[in-house]
Amino acid sequence: MTAATPQATARWHLWLPLVLFGAFVVLLLYGLLRPADRDIKSAMIGKPLPQFALRPAAEGLPGLSFADMADGKPKLLNIFASWCVPCAAEAPQLAQLRASGVEVVGVAIRDKPDDLKRFLTRNGNPYSRIGADDASAIQFEIGSSGVPESFVIDGKGIIRYQHIGDIRADQVATIVTKVREAGQ
Amino acid sequence: MKRALLILALVAAPALADDSMPAAPYAYVQLENPAQEAKAKALMETIRCLQCQGQSIADSDAQIAGDLRSQVRIRIKNGEDPEAIRSWLVDRYGDYVSFAPRVNSLTWPLFAAPLALIGLAFVLLRRRFAKGGA
Repeated sequence: MTAATPQATARWHLWLPLVLFGAFVVLLLYGLLRPADRDIKSAMIGKPLPQFALRPAAEGLPGLSFADMADGKPKLLNIFASWCVPCAAEAPQLAQLRASGVEVVGVAIRDKPDDLKRFLTRNGNPYSRIGADDASAIQFEIGSSGVPESFVIDGKGIIRYQHIGDIRADQVATIVTKVREAGQ
Repeated sequence: MKRALLILALVAAPALADDSMPAAPYAYVQLENPAQEAKAKALMETIRCLQCQGQSIADSDAQIAGDLRSQVRIRIKNGEDPEAIRSWLVDRYGDYVSFAPRVNSLTWPLFAAPLALIGLAFVLLRRRFAKGGA
């Protein structure tokens, strides 16, 4: 018995590198095959919007500033552009949000007034205000990495929730809830 | 009908691709001061493009990368420290936006493991040599 034990230990040691290598391969495969999440989430949730003032982007609609956002009422800040296809796809959902009593304000990224006018005529206008961001500056400030993205902003101008990509029909209810929560 | 669709597709395609605004002032223009430009370039090569995520903003032709290059160059021109600009970005997008790894509560094993292995090798070798010498 006493003689067999060291030998058994030695055999077990012999397999250890292979077992470790196997574990490493499993870890590697897990990392490789796991569906990649390519969304870059904003790290600004819970933080306030910066001080900003954007000129009006479309004829007949006012521009957007920090004071407009921190007026006591929660809002949905929609980052969009007339040249962005998914932004047109989410237009019916934004209209639905508007109909549910959510105030939607827009930031148009690198857009021209004429293009924007055509976009709003074609897809409808859910926005009460649209500010023009010609150098993606507000986008960088709030940690947004593309169009469309939507942010729930509470009445004090604090970012409460980020939605990446176009808003689908089945996501409208979640956003309404998030806006209501931000209003409490 | 087919021809009309084809023409529509040709006209519509550029509109789908990108916006028609001119590039931001310093997106494709270097800074006048070569020392500042060198600093900006070194930083831009280590900042991830938010859209084409395998590329740095120095490599990417995406509009959002151009806007960020312009912003980086303007900040450097105004005397801001490159690492302060990196921190400004990490505060907004998280560590993923920077290609330069940082030591934090999640990444410390990456830095500690090689040191631990070298230490272990040193101990093992010393023991072996000590045995051989005896």
